Amino acid sequence: MNSSRLPAAEFEVEEVVRATLPAEPDGEPGVTTLQVLAPDGTMASGLTATIAGEHVDFSPYLAADDAGHLRSLYRDMFLIRRFDQESTALQRQGQLALWVPLTGQEGAQIGSGRALAPQDYAFPTYREHGVALTRGVELSDILRLFRGVTNGGWDPRERNFHLYTLVLAAQSPHAVGYAMGLQRDQLADPSLPPAATIAYFGDGASSEGDIHESMVFAASFDAPVVFFCQNNQWAISVPSSVQTKVPLARRAEGYGFPGVRVDGNDVVTVEAVTRWALERARSGKGPVLIEAYTYRMSAHTTADDPTKYRLTRDEQEWQPRDPLARLETYLRAAGLADDAFFEDLGAEAAAMATDLRKAVLAMTAPDLESRFAAVYAEPHPLIQEELRFFQQYEAGFADEGKQA
Amino acid sequence: MATMTIAKAINEGLRASLENDPKTLLMGEDIGELGGVYRVTDGLKKDFGAMRVVDSPLAESGIIGTAIGLALRGYRPICEIQFDGFVFPGFNQITTQLAKLRTRSDGMLSAPVVIRIPYGGGIGSIEHHSESPEALFAHTAGLRIITPSNAQDAYWMIQQAVTCEDPVIVFEPKRRYWLKGEVDTSAPVGDPFSAHVLRSGTDATIVAYGPLVPVALAAAAAAEEDGHSVEVIDLRSISPIDFDTVTESVTRTGRLIVAHEAPTFGGIGGEIAARISERAFLSLEAPVIRVGGFHMPYPVARVEEHYLPDIDRILEALDRAFAY
Repeated sequence: MNSSRLPAAEFEVEEVVRATLPAEPDGEPGVTTLQVLAPDGTMASGLTATIAGEHVDFSPYLAADDAGHLRSLYRDMFLIRRFDQESTALQRQGQLALWVPLTGQEGAQIGSGRALAPQDYAFPTYREHGVALTRGVELSDILRLFRGVTNGGWDPRERNFHLYTLVLAAQSPHAVGYAMGLQRDQLADPSLPPAATIAYFGDGASSEGDIHESMVFAASFDAPVVFFCQNNQWAISVPSSVQTKVPLARRAEGYGFPGVRVDGNDVVTVEAVTRWALERARSGKGPVLIEAYTYRMSAHTTADDPTKYRLTRDEQEWQPRDPLARLETYLRAAGLADDAFFEDLGAEAAAMATDLRKAVLAMTAPDLESRFAAVYAEPHPLIQEELRFFQQYEAGFADEGKQA
Repeated sequence: MATMTIAKAINEGLRASLENDPKTLLMGEDIGELGGVYRVTDGLKKDFGAMRVVDSPLAESGIIGTAIGLALRGYRPICEIQFDGFVFPGFNQITTQLAKLRTRSDGMLSAPVVIRIPYGGGIGSIEHHSESPEALFAHTAGLRIITPSNAQDAYWMIQQAVTCEDPVIVFEPKRRYWLKGEVDTSAPVGDPFSAHVLRSGTDATIVAYGPLVPVALAAAAAAEEDGHSVEVIDLRSISPIDFDTVTESVTRTGRLIVAHEAPTFGGIGGEIAARISERAFLSLEAPVIRVGGFHMPYPVARVEEHYLPDIDRILEALDRAFAY
């Protein structure tokens, strides 16, 4: 394309942006997007696919016939969207330093998170609030990071859900290393339940070297890890077409393990395919890459302004593919959920938001003194010396106060 | 007591670590069949197997990153970086992830990862094979950095690094790998993060570490012929630094020379000079003088002998200190 030679004034901004948008999921060459729950709320009766030459019948993994399970998937998606809205509001009111919205990605996150077994271990980036919910992380704990009172927020070992990682893709080799540890544990004690890890990242992070290196390690050692890429189309302002010239799922071919693209807004398919991939990894067959094709309906963060780089029209095009709306349509049409269910859920979410707000407002800053204790595990003379100085310095102000 | 080279002492120390704790494992490029480019891991894969001595893909960030994951699962990975100049693809994992894991988890998580890095020049090698990047890591809170200068320390300090709950980088003085020394495998050398006074003196103190310790000792011997009694301290730990031992020495001698191969600007010598001026200002008879590399990328091998601090450069610094 020679458009870069054109004077800037001749650009039609809309056209430039549209030209870089990826084609319709199903229309992209060389990749099939797996889906059972269509945007119009109709559910296919089964799902099969050929992945890296392997014929896979996902029926055993599909929860399509389990009404209670489908309602619980909807409930998780609904609650985490409400959490997202409340967190955005808290940021707008100055109660959080920043917020990273997930709206639009509920299907990808709840579906994959619910596929995890208790002994599996998840390594998130920083937008995986939905996965956190499925792991039982206290949602207010996530906001401790964004309120600036901690850089962590929860004990990862309690929920097998690692801390958020802000350096993109850095957690991916951690997931592979943890999986290598699981392999060794299994060898030492075959009675342990087989386990796997899952590494979350996005289309932007897929360009980072750590994704490449971790995929090489995982493939070389058949590590039980699932690479779960949420392709939400945008790395802040740069479209995914700048990150990749082939569908991301196909990158797995180059590493020698299966890659599969799923409709990330179809929670039922996401859960089934992730269950399959995790089971495959736990059984010693090595890694799988899942590309969940989705859309970031909101801004990258509350500091972002999507009107600078993408069109309302495109956001509107994705609106009918909303992960919640299609499951609601299905549940209502199939008679699996009535008005009372949705009303109760709305009330539950409202109460959750109220509790969340209270919890955030009650969060207080830690003492700087406590930070000295969290740098090293073992005693450290420089830390001790600087802490002593700091305490004396602070105490000096206290004395001044008394004299005054 | 056994006589062995520093390389063999590290090899034996690694062997002891692998024997003592089934959770330890080695990772690195060419460390298995080959035994590493310096043969430091020679024979270990044969004896402990491929699950514990892992020939990794050629990817430093992957090595450090997967080591962090293994540590989160309760393992104690010992990573080998092939050469000093090749640590930088792993720099992100070391500084943004490994060093910060404990503080990010509010003290809940530990990352007992050991990273071995052969460092320093004087081997006539090509670009990126002779560097001393220790200050870059010393500036990062959360890491510990040690560097043995003799076989006895090498044997014990690697094992102490492995049992430490914090991440430890062990800078190994590669041009001294074949330096022989006595090793007492029954007597640990004490705190690995403390400095050792190797030679007592009354007129000046030289602080050195790693490959320059033998040079400092030779310079002190030469100074004695000129009538100067010079104390030599092997720093051993670069982070934390045992300022108590250095301060105590300087309060007696009044003069301090700090020698390292790394460039002086922004280096460990500057940090020691600043701390000692704060702690022992009234004891100083002369400014603290640094002897080190110049502010340039490590030069080509054919001129490195002029770049590296040697006995004469240290003696010249002593002369300046005595001239005050």
